[in-house]
Amino acid sequence: MKSSLIKSTVIFLGLFFLYFPILVLIFYSFNENKRVMVWKGFSLRWYNELFNNEQIIEAFIISIKIAALSATFATILGVMIGYSLVRIRKIPFKSFYIFLSSTPLVLPELILGLSMLLFFISLNNVIGFPSSRGQLTIFISHVTFCIAFVAIIIQARLTDFNKNIEEAAMDLGYNYTKVLYKITLPIILPSIIAGWLLAFTISLDDLVVASFTTGPGANTLPIVVFSKVRLGLSPEVNALSAILMFALIIIGLFYFYFNKKFKH
Amino acid sequence: MKNKLFEKYFVFSPYFWLVLFFFIPLAIIFKISISVSEWGMPPYQDIFLFDNGFKINTTFENYVYIFSDYYYIGSFVNSLILALISTFFCLLIGFPLAFYIATSNIRLRNILLVLVVIPFWSSFLLRVYAWKIILQNNGILNVILLNLGIISEPLQLLYNQYAVIMGIVYTYLPLMILPLYGYLNKFDLNLIEASKDLGLNRIKTFFKVILPLSVPGIVAGSLLVFIPVVGEFIIPEMLGGSDRLYYGKILWEEFFVNRNWPGASALAFSGIIILVLPIVIFQILYSRWSQKNEI
Repeated sequence: MKSSLIKSTVIFLGLFFLYFPILVLIFYSFNENKRVMVWKGFSLRWYNELFNNEQIIEAFIISIKIAALSATFATILGVMIGYSLVRIRKIPFKSFYIFLSSTPLVLPELILGLSMLLFFISLNNVIGFPSSRGQLTIFISHVTFCIAFVAIIIQARLTDFNKNIEEAAMDLGYNYTKVLYKITLPIILPSIIAGWLLAFTISLDDLVVASFTTGPGANTLPIVVFSKVRLGLSPEVNALSAILMFALIIIGLFYFYFNKKFKH
Repeated sequence: MKNKLFEKYFVFSPYFWLVLFFFIPLAIIFKISISVSEWGMPPYQDIFLFDNGFKINTTFENYVYIFSDYYYIGSFVNSLILALISTFFCLLIGFPLAFYIATSNIRLRNILLVLVVIPFWSSFLLRVYAWKIILQNNGILNVILLNLGIISEPLQLLYNQYAVIMGIVYTYLPLMILPLYGYLNKFDLNLIEASKDLGLNRIKTFFKVILPLSVPGIVAGSLLVFIPVVGEFIIPEMLGGSDRLYYGKILWEEFFVNRNWPGASALAFSGIIILVLPIVIFQILYSRWSQKNEI
C-alpha cells in the first residue's frame, strides 16, 4: 500500500514537472495584455495578430518547406543505411560507415553548424557554388543530420524483422529487387513513416544549424522566434507556441502509432 | 550480378552524401584550425602555398592560443561542470520515474511512456521559452512564493546558472528516461522479490540488484544528456546571465563576433577530440564486444 502511494506520487510529480511549463505557456497565450506577465483578461487577440504577422507566416512556410524536403531526402538515405547495416554483408570500411552514420547523433549542433558553414564557404571559393547561402544550404545541412535518426529507427526495425519471409519469397522466385519492393519495404513502411515524422520535426525545430547556414530570404521559424524572445517575452510567440505545441504533439502521437504498430 | 549493382547503390548513395556533406566539412574545420590567421576575407591563409615553390603553411598557434587562455579553458570547464550537474539531476528525477513506469502494468506503461516523451516532441526552443515566463520576477513561481509568505519580495530567478540548469534538466529529461526505461523494461521483476526473500532490505535490494543491472541504461542516458549539454548554446543564451560563460557561447562569439575563424575551428575541433571521439570509439568497441559475447 505504502509503496504504491510512493509510486503514484513520483509519477504524478514527474508528469506535472513535464507538463506544467507547457500549460503555463498556453494559459498566457490567452492574455489580453501586451505585457505578457500581467493578466488582464481572456482574449484571442494575439492569435489574431499572429495570423496577420507576415514575417512569422512567411518563416513558417519556409520552415515547413525545408522540413518536408529534408525529411524526405533523409528518409530515403536513412532507409538505405539501415538496410545496408543489417542486410548487406560487404560494406567497404564498415567502421567508417558506422562512424559517418552515427556521429551526427552525438555531435553538438554548434560544431555541425560551424562545419557546414565553413564547408559551403570553401566550396564556393573552389567551384563558385553556392554563391549565397539560404534555403538550399539549410536543406543540405538538415538532411545530413536527420539521416542518422532515420537510420537508427530502420536498423532497429530490420533487426527485429523475420528474415524467413524474405527468404521464402526468394525461394518462390522473386528476385532481390522484387523482394525489397514487394516484401521488405511494405512491411517496414510504418517505421519509414515514423522516421520521416521524426526527421520532419527535428528539421522544423532546429535553430542552431539553421542559424549558421542561413542567408538572405531564408529566415526559418525558429530563427524568427529566437530573435523575438532572446531578450524578452512576446505575446505573439505565446500564441504561436500554443498552436505549434499542439500540432507537434499530434505529430508525436502519429509517430508512436506508426513506430509501435508492428509490435502488436 | 544484378544484386551486386543494387547493393552498391544502397550502400554508396548515403556513403557519398555523408562523406561529402559530413566528413569533408569536419576535415575543413581541422584544416582551418591549423591555418595561419590574418586580416581579410577569408580571415586565414591557405595551408598550401605555391608562389615560391610548394610550401605547407600550417600552425598550431590557434590551439596554443585557446589552451593557454583561461577565458577558453575556463568556459569549457564551466560547460563540463554544467553538463555533469544537469546529468546528475536528470538521473535523479529520471531514474525513479523510469523505474516506476517500467514496473506498472502493461496498459498503463505504454500510456505513461507516451506521456513522458510527448513533451519532447513539442518545440525545444518554446519549452525553454516557457521557463522564461515561469521564472520572471512577476512570474508564476515568484507569485506563489510571495503568496505563501515564504519570501517578501520577488527573487531574481532568471539569468543565472541555476535557471540554466533548470532549463536543461527540463528539456533533456526525456532523453534520460527513454534508455533507462528500455533497460528497466527488460528487467525481471522476480529478481526484486527474490532478493527480498533472501533477506535484503529495500535499500540493499536497490544498491545490490536494481542499480547494477541498470548500469547500461544509466550509461546510455547519461551520454545522451551529457554530450549535447556541453555544446548547448540556446539554453544559456535564453535563461543564463553573465555569471558564467560556456563553451557554446565562446565558440559562437569567436566566430561571429571576433571573426576569428581559425580560433573558432580550433575550439570546435578540440570539442570533437575531447568529447565526441571517445564516445564514438567506445560505442564501436562496445557493440563489437557485445556482439562477440552475445549480450
